[in-house]
Amino acid sequence: METELWYTENHTPYVRFSIKVDRQIYSAQSEFQRIDIFYSKEFGRFLSLDGYMMVTEKDEFIYHEMITHVPMAVNPDIKNVLVIGAGDGGTIRELTRYKTIERIDVTEIDKTVVDACREYLPFTACKLDDPRVSICYEDGLKFIRSKVGEYDLIIVDSTDPFGPGEGLFTREFYGNCHKALKEDGILVNQHETPYYENYAKAMSRAHKSIKLFFDKSSVYQFHMPTYPSGHWLFGFASKKYDPVRDLNADAWNALGIKTKYYNTELHRGAFAIPNYVKELLEDE
Amino acid sequence: MNISKQHRAPIYEALKAYKDKRIVSFDVPGHKQGRGNRDLTGFLGEACLSVDVNSMKPLDNLSNPVGVIKEAEELAADAFGAANVFFMVNGTSSAVQAMVLSSVGRGDKIIMPRNVHRSAINALILSGAIPVYVNPGINARLGIPLGMSAEDVERAIEKNPDAKAVLVNNPTYYGVCSDLKRIVRSAHNAGMRVLVDEAHGTHFYFGENMPVSAMAAGADMSAVSMHKTGGSLTQSSFLLCADSVNAGYVRQIINITQTTSASYLLLSSLDISRRNLALNGTEIFKKVCGFAEYTRSEINKIGGFYAFGRELIDGGAFYDFDDTKLSIHTRDTGLAGIEVYDILRDEYGIQIEFGDIGNMLAIISVGDRSLELERLISSLSEIKRLYSKEPVGMLENEYISPRVVLSPQEAFYSSKRSVALKDAVGEVSGEFIMCYPPGIPILAPGERVTAEAVEYILYAKEKGCFMTGTEDAKIENIKVVEELK
Repeated sequence: METELWYTENHTPYVRFSIKVDRQIYSAQSEFQRIDIFYSKEFGRFLSLDGYMMVTEKDEFIYHEMITHVPMAVNPDIKNVLVIGAGDGGTIRELTRYKTIERIDVTEIDKTVVDACREYLPFTACKLDDPRVSICYEDGLKFIRSKVGEYDLIIVDSTDPFGPGEGLFTREFYGNCHKALKEDGILVNQHETPYYENYAKAMSRAHKSIKLFFDKSSVYQFHMPTYPSGHWLFGFASKKYDPVRDLNADAWNALGIKTKYYNTELHRGAFAIPNYVKELLEDE
Repeated sequence: MNISKQHRAPIYEALKAYKDKRIVSFDVPGHKQGRGNRDLTGFLGEACLSVDVNSMKPLDNLSNPVGVIKEAEELAADAFGAANVFFMVNGTSSAVQAMVLSSVGRGDKIIMPRNVHRSAINALILSGAIPVYVNPGINARLGIPLGMSAEDVERAIEKNPDAKAVLVNNPTYYGVCSDLKRIVRSAHNAGMRVLVDEAHGTHFYFGENMPVSAMAAGADMSAVSMHKTGGSLTQSSFLLCADSVNAGYVRQIINITQTTSASYLLLSSLDISRRNLALNGTEIFKKVCGFAEYTRSEINKIGGFYAFGRELIDGGAFYDFDDTKLSIHTRDTGLAGIEVYDILRDEYGIQIEFGDIGNMLAIISVGDRSLELERLISSLSEIKRLYSKEPVGMLENEYISPRVVLSPQEAFYSSKRSVALKDAVGEVSGEFIMCYPPGIPILAPGERVTAEAVEYILYAKEKGCFMTGTEDAKIENIKVVEELK
């Protein structure tokens, strides 16, 4: 009889998502979390933290293109970027495609994740050694406390708000982000899904806190097959820019960056959100 | 301490054995292992309800321990370096009361600092003893009452050679310690007992490089709040006695007011927590000290807030400091401690222990992680950025020297009338008024009401302190002693 090995994540107490695993590649318990890397026929290599799906070889391009190219197309002059989280390196890989970016600071709490990704997930971790990148292994909340007016863009590529990423969904964190950004700075953050209740609550709370600090605050959606419900959001907040009105499509298209998911028409559409999500965001 | 014995936890072991026997229960409590109260069982859990049981031979009886409770008390005595330990189930307040009641009677004098917890003065109402207050030093910059300087205590002993006991609050809520060894020496030379309210000092018995503990300093009795920093359930506590104290008499005193249905949840939590501290305490408090030290230095980098520590040690009223206490002075941000306390809870979802007029206190303990500490630090940095203002029009927190006219007992039981607080100046108070926490009385029964005290109370109310003590729940009126007017 053929042995069946399955990875299963509980998306809610009543809903499960499973991937047939070909073999386990890596497993470790760090100071902060359990780290696993598997290989599957359908999704290729994938990383989970404390059992939650983080990144798969097959669909990571969707997440990483959407978290980076959206702000870059609004302000192609971005030079100084801070990335919080993002241990797998995918966000950094996309950012390094812009020659105009001068500095990419990365703060990731768990060095073990980065080390594991460097070794086993080269498809995302491949640009971590770019000379513009400097990685600091520290709690993002701590790193940002001392920064004032330094960044054009902050990307919060966090895990869910249960576990080590908890501090990255708090009012004190967003307030500190506001302080660390320049006058025309942009904050993009991992904003959970509106579909399942637990995630939706975190989404509403985060949105409420961000709105306190940023005049322009909205969310945009993308389709992520391996995340709960598949319907996922990023937040876009800025002191100055409106993400749709200020889209600089011509400038971005002139860069000739080849993408698999993102394009400037999709950019506009992503900010058009369903009514129930609008209501969730207004409720708070 | 005999480490091999400290692996045992007799009450916990007896409860497990009781559960395993699946005994049919025709005794109280009536919920019968939770079956009779499904909602409660659902909320607290079956494991919890199944050991909420009555005293019985195999589980001993707290009123007169001869079995597993006695064994557990002996293990605790060994762990704390005491001759006898009593398990207390009505809070450290009851331990403080038992210390006072078993040491001073009606008309006896007891030397104590004025910044004691209400439980100590409550004990004076019960015993009829007369307080001789020693002015706790005040740190002028922080406006906090400190410990007692040994000189001040010695002066009080000299002036009151007939006093029976000295009560020391060590450490204070803010973590300030007195020169306990010298106070013990002087008091014992004068034939007085030393009682220590060590509610915030459980860890002194287990951590390294901590201020001296009451038992190590040679004190006669100490009230230790295991539930505060020792990890046991709220309301559970230890009373420690040295061999100078007649334990049988103390047991009688305790039994006057103690429940005859002691909770086994509380008793087992004391037993298990004592074992944990004895076996792992050194390591736990090393971690706690590291957390506190890190957090202090990060908060001091923010500016405006001053997380104080050892640099204030002066050999007198600030003789030593408890490093685990995260006490933060807030006045330079233009915010009262209580205001920061409220903002932290309402806007940032962070609950700290208390805030008063110029300071606040966060408790760091065995249960903390760096994650939460980073949140606290970052929230304070945001509060500084978003809320701070010029510190003008802020009341200084000063020591209001009490004028004791009657013993607390006499004042409390005399006939009284109610007057508006603002009209009470010059009267003799028949009640307490305090902010809770910290529960240190601003006015106590038997004291002359001063204009400064009234001003302080009104200011604290306005800033949002939770006030308590008077019959009038709104603290607008105060009962004053009738016949003296």
